[in-house]
Amino acid sequence: MKFIYQTWWKVLAVVIIFYTLVAGFLLGVPRLPILHETIRNTYFHVPMWIAMFTVFTISVIYSIKYLQSGKEEHDLIAVEAANTGIFFFVLGLITGMLWAKYAWGEYWSNDPKQNSAAIAFLLYCAYLVLRNSIDEEQKRAKISAIYNIFAFPVMVVLIMVLPRLTDSLHPGNGGNPAFGKLDMDDRMRIVLYPAFIAWALMAVWIATIRYRIRLIEYKKNAIN
Amino acid sequence: MLLCFVAVKAQAVEMADEMRSSGKIYVVIGTIVIVFAGLAIYLFSIDRRLKKIEKEK
Repeated sequence: MKFIYQTWWKVLAVVIIFYTLVAGFLLGVPRLPILHETIRNTYFHVPMWIAMFTVFTISVIYSIKYLQSGKEEHDLIAVEAANTGIFFFVLGLITGMLWAKYAWGEYWSNDPKQNSAAIAFLLYCAYLVLRNSIDEEQKRAKISAIYNIFAFPVMVVLIMVLPRLTDSLHPGNGGNPAFGKLDMDDRMRIVLYPAFIAWALMAVWIATIRYRIRLIEYKKNAIN
Repeated sequence: MLLCFVAVKAQAVEMADEMRSSGKIYVVIGTIVIVFAGLAIYLFSIDRRLKKIEKEK
């Protein structure tokens, strides 16, 4: 049976998330000024971005596959993975803004990482707008696949590379290491890394459900 | 002496220690676990229904 129809990894994702919910609130964390207990947001805010990266990666892989094969299914996977990615993108932005209000004083302080994340968000919104603006099926699939292949590396550079080159309020930027000794210890890592895996699987799960619905719709339209 | 100073400084940062010692933290954990359990069950039931529809095809 194909991977997306199997149940074990969905159960795994749910079990690991339960673990992070319990361990994330009970295990010790570094006692840091300003952050205090909000340091636990790391267990929920950062995995949203990991989940987003996972489904966007799947999206671009299937965009490349579509250009090679011309199979409509590959285009459907690419678009539904991108849709799910945008959903987690929004969750990441909103959770980040809420946290920023209490840690940095403003919902939006024009932090380089915030700004470039906003630009990357528009980049992916443009992907959806582009899709909806083309009626002819194969043309739409091909053009949006090419757009997606260009958008993905730009998004990675905007979020992961550029903010690190300047001073940023985010940890891991402007010279201070992300997840370094200053703001993180092993007690946090044993919760954070499983959370990455679990939320990535969760995003994949939601994307597969969306894809399967889309596939049924597609087949129905093809017959009629 | 130095170690003692470091320890005192670390304790000075205010954390929700009282919430932990009184056990109220379990109320929070209980609530979010219930919420997430509900969402997980919901997702699984959507998955099952989808499987049924796929089989009909």
